[in-house]
Amino acid sequence: MKRIAQLLLVSLLALPCAHAQTLRIAAASDLQFAMQDLASQYEKQSSTKIAVTYGSSGNFRAQIENGAPFDLFFSADSLYPQQLVTAGVADGQSLVIYAQGHLVLWAPPASNLHLAQRGFEVLKDPGAIKIAIANPEHAPYGRAAVAALQKAALYDAVKSKLVLGENISQTAQFVQSGSAQIGLIALSLTFAESMKGGELWEIPAGYYPPILQQAVVIKASANKTAAKDFLEFVTGPTGRNILSRYGLTPPESAGKS
Amino acid sequence: MSVEALLLSLRLACTVAALLLLLALPLAYWLAFTAWRGKFLAEALVALPLVLPPTVLGFYALVALGPRGVLGKLWEGLFGHPLAFTFTGLVLASMLYSFPFAVQPLVNSFESLDRRVLDASSMLGASRMRSFFRIIVPLAWPGVVTGVVLSFAHTLGEFGVVLMVGGNLEGITRTVSIDIYDRVQALDYVGANQTALFLLVVSFAVLSVVYGVNRRVWSPWSGR
Repeated sequence: MKRIAQLLLVSLLALPCAHAQTLRIAAASDLQFAMQDLASQYEKQSSTKIAVTYGSSGNFRAQIENGAPFDLFFSADSLYPQQLVTAGVADGQSLVIYAQGHLVLWAPPASNLHLAQRGFEVLKDPGAIKIAIANPEHAPYGRAAVAALQKAALYDAVKSKLVLGENISQTAQFVQSGSAQIGLIALSLTFAESMKGGELWEIPAGYYPPILQQAVVIKASANKTAAKDFLEFVTGPTGRNILSRYGLTPPESAGKS
Repeated sequence: MSVEALLLSLRLACTVAALLLLLALPLAYWLAFTAWRGKFLAEALVALPLVLPPTVLGFYALVALGPRGVLGKLWEGLFGHPLAFTFTGLVLASMLYSFPFAVQPLVNSFESLDRRVLDASSMLGASRMRSFFRIIVPLAWPGVVTGVVLSFAHTLGEFGVVLMVGGNLEGITRTVSIDIYDRVQALDYVGANQTALFLLVVSFAVLSVVYGVNRRVWSPWSGR
């Protein structure tokens, strides 16, 4: 009994090991793989440790408004960061478009759906039993997917086939695992090692409002200088280079395509 | 496998199990021996977390612990920071979630004690406190062990409440179940599998030891 009590006491007192400085980042799920590269590259040139949490942008908006201790928020749209600025939670001065995201149709390797040739037509294929999109309620890529389906006049036809991912990387996981046959996912996720070799068709830009992804520094952050430094790194040449390797194009070209 | 997440989960489960035991002992004693007619209401209240989905508990916990919630406000006034998205907040929410698992086994074993032994104890002049610690708790030991182990195990496996209240912060609220969820979403099936398998083996080992050592422990199998 004494030993158990000692064990409990030790476990109570053991605190998580503290790092010199940890930057807590809330990142939209489409950054799942790009952010890993960004963080490891940045950590090489700085003593700051980057701790990233991935999720849907809408969820992060709600969490940050409720006091979640993030320093920096990389959204998959412009709406949520601006709402946080309006709510007085985020620093409007730091608001920046760091990339433009793109929506694609994706199917696992050897699906034989000929996505590239058929485009939207493939969604009507009887082989497409389930179509995965992100939840449009709080995931920007889900919103874009619904917009594209509506523009293509397919939404009502495929509505009953839709399965909703909690965020865009769960949506990709639904398709990658074969549970859904096709997904409307972020181009950036298709560059992951485990997504290689899949069938892909990029949805033409006119089908959905441009996905302009904004980042913003959170007002309550105790690491504002580090947060701004990392943000500068991401929007600087090295950061842009990494982002574009994941199909996240620089903001200058935003709106032009 | 994320050692940090695993250690965090163990720390959370130990803390919750210890605190719940302290809370559950007097409450279970009262529930087992009270003659109050409204006792069934208290019993229903204790059992609520069993039937409510974790999203409901998580939602209310988030609202209560957040900067606009009663508890959150009080805490912020005292310590200067809100409760939501902190380890302490996670402990409180998990206590709510695992509450019935700590209380019910205790009540069951207290109720099944032979009342004559307790009568004898008080007739021999033992105070209520002395009877409780020298007679009731030792006799109800299997219930105590079960309560502690179940609340420990239940907290270890908790997901929904942690996801809603914790905010998935590395080293603070990213428990092992959240870590597995994250890895699946990152398509890191190897990593997810390692952690999941480890958790499965540990859980099985803990439960086998408990059931092996303590044959009278309440379990879904004994049908009490």
